[in-house]
Amino acid sequence: MKYFGLVWKNVWRKKVRTSLTILSVLVAFLLFALLSAIGYAFRAGADVADAERLVVIEKISLINPLPIAYKNRIAATEGVAGVTHASWFGGYYQDPRNQFGQFPTDPYEYFALYPELDIPPEQLEAFAKNRTGAVIGREIADRFGIKVGDRIPLISTIWPNADGGNNWEFDIEGIFSTSDPRGSSAYMLMNYDYFEENRLYGKGTVGWYVLRIEPGADAVAVANAIDMQFANSPSETDTSTEAAFAQSFAKQFGNIQLIVTLILGAVFFTLLLVAGNTMSQSVRERISELAVLKTLGFSDGSVLGIVLTESITIMLIGGLLGLGLGWLLVQVAASAIGAFLPGIYLPGSSAMTALAIMIGAGIAAGIFPALKAMRLTIVDALARA
Amino acid sequence: MTETLARLEGVSRTYQKGKERVEVLHQLDLTIPKGDFIAIMGPSGSGKTTLLNLLGGLDRPTAGSVRVGDAELSKMSNSQLSSWRSTNVGFIFQFYNLLPVLTAQKNVELPLLLTRFGGSERARRAKIALDIVGLGDRARHYPRELSGGQEQRVAIARAIVSDPPLLLCDEPTGDLDRETADEILKLLQILNREHDKTIVMVTHDAQAADYAQRTLHCDKGTLKQREVA
Repeated sequence: MKYFGLVWKNVWRKKVRTSLTILSVLVAFLLFALLSAIGYAFRAGADVADAERLVVIEKISLINPLPIAYKNRIAATEGVAGVTHASWFGGYYQDPRNQFGQFPTDPYEYFALYPELDIPPEQLEAFAKNRTGAVIGREIADRFGIKVGDRIPLISTIWPNADGGNNWEFDIEGIFSTSDPRGSSAYMLMNYDYFEENRLYGKGTVGWYVLRIEPGADAVAVANAIDMQFANSPSETDTSTEAAFAQSFAKQFGNIQLIVTLILGAVFFTLLLVAGNTMSQSVRERISELAVLKTLGFSDGSVLGIVLTESITIMLIGGLLGLGLGWLLVQVAASAIGAFLPGIYLPGSSAMTALAIMIGAGIAAGIFPALKAMRLTIVDALARA
Repeated sequence: MTETLARLEGVSRTYQKGKERVEVLHQLDLTIPKGDFIAIMGPSGSGKTTLLNLLGGLDRPTAGSVRVGDAELSKMSNSQLSSWRSTNVGFIFQFYNLLPVLTAQKNVELPLLLTRFGGSERARRAKIALDIVGLGDRARHYPRELSGGQEQRVAIARAIVSDPPLLLCDEPTGDLDRETADEILKLLQILNREHDKTIVMVTHDAQAADYAQRTLHCDKGTLKQREVA
C-alpha cells in the first residue's frame, strides 16, 4: 500500500492517454453490465424456479393446448401435492405497445402453488369470488397507475369473446408482489372460469399445468409417470422442472447467453490490446526511472508489482465507473421496459464476476510490460537513458 | 589506523560485445578508507562508471572481490544487492534522474519507502535531507519547476536520506554551469567533512576533482593515483 502513491502518480503521468484508456475500459464494463442484466432477464425464470415445481406442456409445442380433463389425472398421480393451470391470454391494455403477460387460472390453486407471491387474503378471496375479477402484479400497477377497484379493458389478440369482439373487461380485485427480488410481478391473473365461458373457441383446454411434488418425491419419476399416462393420446405431454421449462422458453429467443458471451469476448479482447498497449508505452517511456527505482533498492518483485498495480488500477477505475453507470442504466431500463422484459437486473454475482475480470484483465494487460520492467538490467537501462 | 570502507581485489570486468570480449577493468585493486572523498578521472570507456557500478552493487565483477563494509558484493544475489543498496549506498547521477511525477519531497522519500517508517516519519526525514541541501522551501515543487542545480540538490537529498555511509556520484556536475557545479561540489565536500560520508565521484572535470581528497586516474581498466596538492 505504501507504494500506491507512486502507482497513482504514474497512472496519471499522461492524463489524456490514461483517460482514453479508462474510457475504453468504462465502455467495456458498461456493456458487460447491460448484457449481463439482459442475459439475466432471459434466464431469470430458471434462476427463480422452484425445484419442487414441475411444468406440463403439450409434447409437440407449448402453443398447443392441453385438455382441462388432464387436471384431475395429474393431481391423482403419485407424488403430486398440488396442481394448477394457466393459459396465455395475449392481450394489451389500451395500446398495442402496452403488452404484458396475462394468464387465466384458478385463483386459490395458483397462489397455493406460488407461495413467493404476496397478496392480502381478502384480495385473493375477492378475486376468487368475482368471475370478472383479476389481480395484477405491483410492477404493472405502478406502470399503468391501476388501483384496486378499477375496471380495466384488455384487447386479446388471440381470444375473441362471446360477443365476437376482442374486448374483455376485468375488475381489479387485488395487487400482488413477489418476495423474491429476482422474481417478477409484471403480469396479471384472471379467473379461468370467466375466460372459459366467454371465449369463442378452444373451450375445455388450458395452456399448461404447474404442479408441486410432495416433499421427498422423485421429480423425474413423477414427470415420467405423468407423461406415461398421456402417451399415445391426441395430446401427449412433456413434463419438466420449472427451471428446464424456463430455460427452453428463453431459448426460443436464441442462445442469449452465447451471444452475450461472444460479444463480451470480442470487447474484452480489444480492451486487452488497448490497455496492454498503454502499459507497454508507459513502461517504455520510463525505462530509466524504473532503473533508478532499482538502483535505490527496489527489488525486481517490487518493480513488477508497481507496474502490475498500475495496470490493475486503470482497469478498476474504468471498470467500476462502467459497472456503476451500467447499474444505473439497468435501474432505468427496469422501470422502462420491465414489463416487456421482467427480471432485468444486475445480480451481485455479475458484479463479482466483473470485479474478477477487472483484476484479471489488469494482470493480463500489464504482465508483459511488468516482466520487462522486472528484468531490466540497471546498468544497461541507465546507459541507454 | 584508518578504517576501510571498501576494498576491491583483483577485480576484472569483461563484457561481450558481439563476438568480441572487451575487458573494461583488469585486475584492479582499490582500498577506500572511511571518510574518503575520491575523484576518478579518465577518458571515456576507461572503466570509471563500471568501477562505480561495481562499488554500488549495480554490477558484478567477472573476477575478483568487491567488499563494502561487511558485505561481499560479488557473492550476493540480486535481491540481496537490492536490499543492501537501499541502506548502504546513495547514488547521484549526471542527469539527476528524479521522477518527474513526484514533488521534490516525494522524490527524496522514495528510498524510505523501502524502510518500515510510516508516512509522517518519511516526510520528516525527507524534510531534514532537503534542509541539508538548502531546498527546504522547494519541497512541494516538481522537478520541472526546479533549475538544474536545484534538481541535483534534490538528487543529493534523495541519496543521503537513508543515511548511507557511501555516496557514488557519476559526473554529478556534468550538466551544470561552473558556478552551480561549484555549489554542488561544495555541498559534497560538506557531506564528506561534516556528515562523514565517503564519496567516490567520477568526473571529467579537473576542477571538480580538486574538491576531492585524492584523485585516481582510470586508464585501460587500471587505476593510478595522483595525490591532490
